[in-house]
Amino acid sequence: MSADPTPADPRPAGRVPAPDPDLRASGLRLAYDNRLVVDGLDLAVPPGRITAIVGANACGKSTLLRALARLLAPKEGAVHLDGRAIRSIPSRELAQRLGILPQSPLAPEGLTVIDLVNRGRSPHQTWWRQWSKADEQAVRRALDATGMTDLADRPVDELSGGQRQRAWIAMAVAQGTPVLLLDEPTTYLDLAHQIDVLDLITDLNRRENRTVVMVLHDLNQACRYADHVVAMKSGRIVAEGSPAEVITAATVEDVFDLTCQITTDPVSGTPLVIPIGRHHGARAR
Amino acid sequence: MPNPKQALKSRPVPDDSPGGPRFRTYRLTLPPVSGVFRPRLVALCAVLTAATFLLFCWGLTTGDYPIGFTDVVRALVGSGDPGTVLVVRELRLPRALVGLLAGIAFGVSGALFQTMTRNPLASPDMIGLTQGAGTAVVAGIVLGWDGGLGTQALGLFGALATALIVYALAWRRGTTGYRIILVGIGVAWICTSATDYLVAKGGRFQAQAALGWLVGNLNGRTWDQVGPLAVALAVLLPTALLLGRLLRTLQLGDDVATGLGTRVQPVRLAILLAGVGLIAFATASAGPVAFVALAAPQIAQRLARTAWPPTVASGLTGALVVLGGDLVARTLVPGTELPVGIVTGVLGAPVLLWLLARANRAGSGG
Repeated sequence: MSADPTPADPRPAGRVPAPDPDLRASGLRLAYDNRLVVDGLDLAVPPGRITAIVGANACGKSTLLRALARLLAPKEGAVHLDGRAIRSIPSRELAQRLGILPQSPLAPEGLTVIDLVNRGRSPHQTWWRQWSKADEQAVRRALDATGMTDLADRPVDELSGGQRQRAWIAMAVAQGTPVLLLDEPTTYLDLAHQIDVLDLITDLNRRENRTVVMVLHDLNQACRYADHVVAMKSGRIVAEGSPAEVITAATVEDVFDLTCQITTDPVSGTPLVIPIGRHHGARAR
Repeated sequence: MPNPKQALKSRPVPDDSPGGPRFRTYRLTLPPVSGVFRPRLVALCAVLTAATFLLFCWGLTTGDYPIGFTDVVRALVGSGDPGTVLVVRELRLPRALVGLLAGIAFGVSGALFQTMTRNPLASPDMIGLTQGAGTAVVAGIVLGWDGGLGTQALGLFGALATALIVYALAWRRGTTGYRIILVGIGVAWICTSATDYLVAKGGRFQAQAALGWLVGNLNGRTWDQVGPLAVALAVLLPTALLLGRLLRTLQLGDDVATGLGTRVQPVRLAILLAGVGLIAFATASAGPVAFVALAAPQIAQRLARTAWPPTVASGLTGALVVLGGDLVARTLVPGTELPVGIVTGVLGAPVLLWLLARANRAGSGG
């Protein structure tokens, strides 16, 4: 039984990725059946940075992330990782370089946190080597990095929403990939847990130099936590760059069809979007 | 060769993490082999193996000519009274072996299907495979191709053909577990209707023979039924165990599994083939013994307290249920041998209901 709390482990969780990964998409044309969602999109993910993809509902941002993670095969164009088309990389090898956390994944009932996190190691495991020393270390570090060590033996479905999301992120961390793709990692979380998860992602980026691409709904969180913002509308990239460059009143009006004022976040100094709406501000009067 | 006692290191995970929690899983290393060691699961498998062996021998002692327990064990290894050896080995052993092997096959097949689809309802007896085998066998009996190997081949053909139909109908740019269940339930009803029609159409003797097979029966099994089943299990059980590792990622959903490097569609097809093969050979030999493929993995999962039906424990539980059911069926009414399927149906359903109710009260869900 634990009497005193475990001190935070300063070591990075998982191995530190050596050269910065080069993930890019060219001429992407993505469709579900015959419904075209993304048409002719090019994107180069800045290595070692956090990239946030923002846009209105159904603008194709999750679809783009799925294509980057080879969960969706493009109709045209390709996604390249370090110069190789991801379709041509063996799935196991790719899973050692690129991890994906889909939106609100569902764990089987009764699955414990440690069993879930251990499954993140499966690209590194074989049937005769199912839990090596390296696996054990990676799992333990991932649990530490996400603050889940004390909950390791609890079933995932009995955790709170924030803890559950942390458990899934721990699985992705244990996978030890230089690139981490996250689809709306803050969905269904209350504000405190949203910040908690985003801080954790920032830790993973800063301490371990992991390249992160995430789809985010909240523009202000995207401004604060991302180094690079990609704004999408109707399957195309409208603007791309640092938060200050992208999140302007004009872009927000274009992308979200929302009039707003931009001020400065008093805490982080990043842009802060103040929506106007029909009942407030100059228009209402 | 290193001393295995030294090479076999098993220790709790948190040993070198001060104040860490106690995990119920241990790391087992026998370099270069390593794995997760679950004491409860290993203990359960040991208990199940012992219980299965006891029931297996107990089954061999019962019959018109009672033989003592020790005599049975002695006859199995070939020593003792020649008459006893003949009765045990030639008359009783085939029946017990069919029960044992079919039970294992039912349990493992159910575990594969239930894990793959993340749904306990997706066991082979719910998605039409046993019903398809039944239709083929009854068609054979009614239309006049009877005989031991004929029945086996027909059952095998029926289950495989039904699996193919279900898979083809459920295919839409890949398949999902959910669609397999829905399509499977529909196909199961079609097969049941076809079987009913055949039974109604057939003559009285044929109908009786068909019903006798349909209920799941170990009476009068010979070495002819043991052979193909044993060969099938020798191939399919190792396959099922190898696929187990991939099943664990598939259980997290298709997207997560793909992200973890599992090739979802080929793996799913392989699991389907292994599961169908097991259920097809078992049904062909023992008939569609009710409830075993559905209940055994669920019982094993609750006993092992894992979040998935454990493959080996599910097989052993299946064997235990079939052998135990057969023993009850033979001794319940003196002078009459009930078919094992009636007993597993009557016993299996309440056991499952009880487990579900208990799990829900304990808050761990069912």
